[in-house]
Amino acid sequence: MEQPVILEVEDLSVGYGKVEALHHVSLKVRAGEIVTVIGPNGAGKTTLLSAIMGLLPIGAGTVGFLGSTPREIEVERMVAMGMTLVPEKRELFGEMSVEDNLQLGAFMRRRLGHRDEAATMGEVYSIFPRLKERRDQLAGTLSGGERQMLAVGRALMAKPKLLMLDEPSLGLAPLIVREIFHVLARLRKSGVAILLVEQNARAALQLADCGYVLETGEIALAGPSSELRDNPRVVESYLGFGGKH
Amino acid sequence: MSARNWVVAFLALLALGPLVLPEFHITLLNYIGLYALVALGLVLLTGVGGLTSFGQAAFVGIGAYTSAYLTTTEGLPDFVAWVGVSPWLTLPAAILLTVAVAAVLGLLTLRLSGHYLPLGTIAWGMSLYFLFGNVSFLGGHTGVSGIPAISLFGVELKDGRYFYYLIWLMVLAALWATQNLLDSREGRAIRALKGGAVMAEAMGVDTARSKLVIFLIAAAFAAVSGWLYAHLQRFVNPTPFGLHIGIEYLFMAVIGGAGHVWGALLGAGLITILKQWLQDLLPRIFGASGNFEIIVFGLLMIFVLHRARDGLWPVIRRLAPLRGARRKVESAGPLGRRTKPAAGSVVLEVKDAVKKFGGLTANNHMSLSVRAGEILALIGPNGAGKSTLFNLITGVDPPTAGEVHFLGGRVDGLASREIARRGMSRTFQHVRLLATMSVLENVAIGAHLRGGGGVMAAALRLERAEEGRLLAEAARQIERVGLAEHVFDAAGSLALGQQRTVEIARALAADPSLLLLDEPAAGLRYLEKQALAELLGRLRDEGMGILLVEHDMDFVMGLADRVVVMEFGEKIAEGLPEEVQGNPDVIEAYLGGVD
Amino acid sequence: MDLQIALLLSQDGIVNGAIYALLALALVLVFAVTRVIFIPQGEFVAFGALTLAGFQAGKVPGTLWLLIGLGAAIAIVEVVIAMRSGALRRLTSALGWNLGYPAVAAAVVFLGEPVSWPLFVQVVLALAMVVPLGPMVYRLAYQPLLSASVLVLLIVSVAVHLTLVGLGLLFFGAEGSRTPAFSEASFEIGGVVVTGQTLWVVGASAVLIVVLYLFFERSLWGKALRATAINRTGARLMGISSTQAGKLSFVLAAAIGALSGILIAPITTVYYDTGFLIGLKGFVAAIVGGLASYPIAAAGAILVGLLESFSSFWASAFKEVIVFTLIIPVLVWRSLTTRHVEEEE
Repeated sequence: MEQPVILEVEDLSVGYGKVEALHHVSLKVRAGEIVTVIGPNGAGKTTLLSAIMGLLPIGAGTVGFLGSTPREIEVERMVAMGMTLVPEKRELFGEMSVEDNLQLGAFMRRRLGHRDEAATMGEVYSIFPRLKERRDQLAGTLSGGERQMLAVGRALMAKPKLLMLDEPSLGLAPLIVREIFHVLARLRKSGVAILLVEQNARAALQLADCGYVLETGEIALAGPSSELRDNPRVVESYLGFGGKH
Repeated sequence: MSARNWVVAFLALLALGPLVLPEFHITLLNYIGLYALVALGLVLLTGVGGLTSFGQAAFVGIGAYTSAYLTTTEGLPDFVAWVGVSPWLTLPAAILLTVAVAAVLGLLTLRLSGHYLPLGTIAWGMSLYFLFGNVSFLGGHTGVSGIPAISLFGVELKDGRYFYYLIWLMVLAALWATQNLLDSREGRAIRALKGGAVMAEAMGVDTARSKLVIFLIAAAFAAVSGWLYAHLQRFVNPTPFGLHIGIEYLFMAVIGGAGHVWGALLGAGLITILKQWLQDLLPRIFGASGNFEIIVFGLLMIFVLHRARDGLWPVIRRLAPLRGARRKVESAGPLGRRTKPAAGSVVLEVKDAVKKFGGLTANNHMSLSVRAGEILALIGPNGAGKSTLFNLITGVDPPTAGEVHFLGGRVDGLASREIARRGMSRTFQHVRLLATMSVLENVAIGAHLRGGGGVMAAALRLERAEEGRLLAEAARQIERVGLAEHVFDAAGSLALGQQRTVEIARALAADPSLLLLDEPAAGLRYLEKQALAELLGRLRDEGMGILLVEHDMDFVMGLADRVVVMEFGEKIAEGLPEEVQGNPDVIEAYLGGVD
Repeated sequence: MDLQIALLLSQDGIVNGAIYALLALALVLVFAVTRVIFIPQGEFVAFGALTLAGFQAGKVPGTLWLLIGLGAAIAIVEVVIAMRSGALRRLTSALGWNLGYPAVAAAVVFLGEPVSWPLFVQVVLALAMVVPLGPMVYRLAYQPLLSASVLVLLIVSVAVHLTLVGLGLLFFGAEGSRTPAFSEASFEIGGVVVTGQTLWVVGASAVLIVVLYLFFERSLWGKALRATAINRTGARLMGISSTQAGKLSFVLAAAIGALSGILIAPITTVYYDTGFLIGLKGFVAAIVGGLASYPIAAAGAILVGLLESFSSFWASAFKEVIVFTLIIPVLVWRSLTTRHVEEEE
């Protein structure tokens, strides 16, 4: 049976000043599905996530989330509805402790009256035991891998229905990337919809159910991951060294 | 109407003013002129340069008190007494003293970023004001009276009608000089201060010096205004030099349009007239009991800023659009070029460079070298530390340990403008162009070090020959990278890929021996990439050394002579493109799966 | 100068310094959260003191009219926005607060007889009148400029300051007021008389600082404010709205300002425009703390207070010059410890 659609982006265009950074992008993410967007640097991947989240004003098109299509996308409202973003720069609260960072991840849930913060934090600590060891340490003093764990853990504190990640593998050792990707695979089983922007196309396509290739602001290719993995154009541009590998 | 016609009409009205207007309006216009001078300094300092000052009124005060003291005090020692003979001698004295005080304050405070400066200016603005009121030789709070009038060609300018011409001559001269300055090599450096300081330093601009320059110019304008004020009023006391007046000057600049030279005039006019009008009108409506004009004034200011953050001048400009600005770069002779290193000689050598940020090691014992006439590609996954290495080579961030040698000299620890001076030029991964400036002007910043025209020369248009050569060179480089049809477009209006190409043109305008390119192909379309590869190939053949950070494998493998691969801040492989491609570590780094 | 005078001056300096410390904390807070340099802080000091003085004199303080006026203005703005966007849902709570609260305040003032109430209740009532002005001013003047540059926000701050000073003159007149001391007690310590009010000021400041510390370290909203100050984008991604955080920071700043005014009203005569200079000295302290560090700002405040009281003894005409030039060496020190090139916002 088809899972319900969580995120539906239709015909989205975004511009900085006169320059259009995204042109007529459409994509769909269902519950319990990992969708990846791959593409070269500068193609507009981060812009796409920022626009969906409401960090950037959209020029044209719609972003449908959980069946509703807000006229104006506000970050706070999207968070309240169950959308979270792990941004490329992590955006941690460097001068606050790991535990405070996690607690703030549940800020919106607390405001909406949920009182399950302690239990969620327990879950996050069981997923990333390293964070528990460092709970009193300031986020700014963590290593690169720990920072990414904290960023993901903080996003999980919101118990999202849609989790968006911008280049989670950035600058991380393969072991840690593997660990984080395993976490994503587990989340998928629990029904969370995941939108994953990655430069590591091979890893992303191995994990994801389907994928989109974004080039110079447009969707160049789309399809199930297995098909994209075999697509000669993808192989040439993203999976091998100039197709010679 | 063209811009020239507007200006001519304005000048005609200005000249006719005293012949037809009643006394009261002349006085008002005199004050508008005095305020406009100060506000003009603030446009340069705050609107263009991004440095906010509340203390300009104090500079006006120094100018006024200097002239007042020198012309009224009896029995001064001989070496200064001769200055007090004529206001025309005290004018340079007033300017010099004000600029000297400003230089000290500027050296102390200008190095601070954004918001410290305005608070600092509040501090010295207050201090100087209290000094005027408490120093006995300046007359304390009662002030100095009996200041002589200014004589011009034997005519004493006692009547406001005559003084009017002196004031407005000064204002127009200041406007003209400021306009000229902004449209020059030094002016581009000044305009880069706001939002482009790192880029400007990388192009060889001494941003600290540029800041000081506009600070001193603003102080000098204030001093002239103060001098005029003293001899117009023939009396000074501390009141007009207090913090509240300093704040008012800033209001004028911001409401008028802090980024525009004419905004100063507009702001000074509007606020002076508005205050006059409110003082007249409101007591008639509400009675004289309250201080209504200040309330209405404050509310109006809030309202205007809500509606027009950039001030009113841009709004007016939109209402009265101008026809045809100059649309052609005049051809001009070539600029001097530096002697290039011999092909094959080592240009850049990085030895064991280490860079740490807190607990993160971004670069760990990185070594590489680039030869003249060679393209070295630096590749690796995002976050591997490539841009960090770039910043460390170019002096944006000094290395924690290790050495960088460039053309035989050690450059680690040098400021990036020093490194630029030696012939290294770069582009930035996150495009650093000045979005509202034209492509031509952006690229001309790259050629900053190839010109020498100073501030004075620029203000008086004495450096036009050199300026022509700089612009022609910029236009040549723009054509070379294939953007000839965008020369006059605002840089921010180009597509991202094109903006990256503008960055390359800007780097080339510096006539470098070594070019560092940070992901130049990102965001380019296929044909644009091919054109870029061709250009880089040509540059290599001309003997340029190129260090290229790139993500696009195809692009790199077809172009580079050698490849260095980084992962986690370390070098994991180095060699010919084919060798690197077969290296299992590299395959793992780039293609590593998750299972 | 003998020891006794030195102790007396120190006492003065510490009392003033405690007030500057509170104001510096508020300024640092508002700036870190909203990028607004809160020049009208001083007006809240004056309004707090003069509102209390009004109650004690049996008058209806002008702040009530300000409360009603600002509430009505916000209500109009909200209605216009809601009609334009068609979102009438959120209107009820906005109208309730902005029209209802001032109405209740007016009812209390007119139906009750504040002049006969105990001091403590009068203080609470004065705070209840002045503190809501903070978020109201934020809503009207600053919220529409959320993404504006620091310069524009600064100019707006100055305009707000001018408007409030003008309104202060209108509501409270040009005469100053002084309120009776909270406590008439006095003690002699080492030959120096320490008044009860001194202890009140220092004690209340200390308590307030501790309360603020606990708020920022322990409570969710306190942490949310810190998060916004540290990383605005990160905070928004957690659902912490920049406007909510901004409003809250203005509530705190207004409360701190009003309370400071109430504390100093028995020590010094407060005029409608007294706040500005006091606020500026808070600035000096905040600059000493680099607009970022609370403890250093507090220490700077005590330093400013002491410097002020000692220089008023030695060179009273140059008191202000000395206090304000204190900034210069601090700035120099900062300039020597900052990196050479910085990107302006």
